[in-house]
Amino acid sequence: MSDSDSSGIENSDNDGNFIEVRDLTFYRGDRVIYQNVSLDIPRGKITAIMGPSGTGKTTLLRLIGGQLKPDSGTVKVDGKHIPNLTRKELFALRSRMGMLFQSGALFTDVSVYENVAFPLRVHTNLPEDMIRDVVLMKLHAVGLRGARNLMPSELSGGMARRVALARAIALDPDLVMYDEPFAGQDPVAMGVVVQLIRLLNDALGHTSIIVSHDVAEAASIADYIYVLADGEIIGQGAPDEVLHSDAPRLKQFMQGLPDGPVPFHFPARDLRDDLLAGVK
Amino acid sequence: MVIQVLRRVGSKGVSFLESFGASGMFLFQSLVAVPNIRNNFPLLVKQIYAVGVMSLVIIMVSGLFIGMVLALQGYNILTRYGSEQALGQLVSLTLLRELGPVVAALLFAGRAGSALTAEIGLMKSTEQIAGLEMIGVDPLRRVIAPRFWAGIICMPVLAIIFSSVGIWGASLVGVDWLGVYSGSFWANMQDSVQFSDDVLNGVIKSIAFGFVITWIAVFQGYDAVPTSEGIGQATTRTVVYASLAILGLDFILTAVMFGDL
Repeated sequence: MSDSDSSGIENSDNDGNFIEVRDLTFYRGDRVIYQNVSLDIPRGKITAIMGPSGTGKTTLLRLIGGQLKPDSGTVKVDGKHIPNLTRKELFALRSRMGMLFQSGALFTDVSVYENVAFPLRVHTNLPEDMIRDVVLMKLHAVGLRGARNLMPSELSGGMARRVALARAIALDPDLVMYDEPFAGQDPVAMGVVVQLIRLLNDALGHTSIIVSHDVAEAASIADYIYVLADGEIIGQGAPDEVLHSDAPRLKQFMQGLPDGPVPFHFPARDLRDDLLAGVK
Repeated sequence: MVIQVLRRVGSKGVSFLESFGASGMFLFQSLVAVPNIRNNFPLLVKQIYAVGVMSLVIIMVSGLFIGMVLALQGYNILTRYGSEQALGQLVSLTLLRELGPVVAALLFAGRAGSALTAEIGLMKSTEQIAGLEMIGVDPLRRVIAPRFWAGIICMPVLAIIFSSVGIWGASLVGVDWLGVYSGSFWANMQDSVQFSDDVLNGVIKSIAFGFVITWIAVFQGYDAVPTSEGIGQATTRTVVYASLAILGLDFILTAVMFGDL
């Protein structure tokens, strides 16, 4: 476990990494999201990406998925440098990925059943009865088999995210990226989702990335944790190490302390100056 | 001051060219692919229904009233010269050459074009487009291409229906109401309308309009800022740009087809 000045690459086993990010720099306009960030996602493990809001955790998933291109640095998924892939190669690689979006991103014009069946229909030639079996098993795993005929507009936020989870794992992909999988879940569903992610990972041996604010839940199932803030990695390691770290920034985030070096406020001028400036 | 104005004009020009280039690339990537009939045909049929069949009512009702008004106005003018028997000729040539393709295209831009932009913009804002990408499905092929082809297929059919209903409306007013002799109404129309000059040119115009409207609509939707305001602005842009493009393109096509250039 280390603080901000370390990339953590020293301990990584390159052959065992499904994703390798090196010297990643990414800007949104003039705002730095990542500055020379390097990290590894080990194959077959659950890696949690944590950090304060607005630090670019979802952006990292989009960079890994090739929806965004880095300003500099490399992003390799299973040995393939994502920004260099052709459109066709990128889509072929994405068929081996599953992503749970924060919003669910369900297709609103088709039912829950059809949403989960969609990846199976476009990427396989399975007969309809087999597609039905797979869809029902995936929906059963997230507790929504009975909701298969509902339309996405009839679901709550938490239910929509569980359907999206079923869709993300429909093809049993090599990599599953979960963006805030625990948000909006009631305690029962939360427990099931936590258990399900761990179970899927162990049973199918795929690689999982969880982006989450929920420290306890993410730490309970993650094999490795990265904590991001201010465009860099402020800490990383096994959950126990990160949870009990004395590094000030890490400790503040993991324990949810209001005061500390991690800023609560978005960068701004001094409050006093701002208030006294008046309306110009 | 002058420098600032020049800079602003230059900046707008560059921005326009960038946007035009991006929309060209967007169209190229959407359409240049090996056709997959098994997967794409059902999507195309669905879009033909949404874009074409759902536009039928507005097209038919508008065509009927425009034909009726045209007959009424035409009759009033032609009777001054004792030429009311030429009403069929006037109505049919006006509708087939100009009003059919142009008004149907304007209605199509307002009804189907705006709906396409709003639908694709909303798919973007609700991350459905991103969801497709991450499932490994190219949204340009899955979402854009079927809508684009549906627009091109539907537009000439709608224009033909518009003109046909318009001619029928004109006959209702001219023949059944105002008493123009039906034999001269239909015979003059049959004599004066040339298939290649009038009908075919009208169809070619409407195919061109369908291409432009759908291109603008799908690009504006795909390029929309994914907020409610952004989608509203994109929808407005679709209607404004498409309407201007239709009228400008109509002049060019008319000049080429009928202007002896």
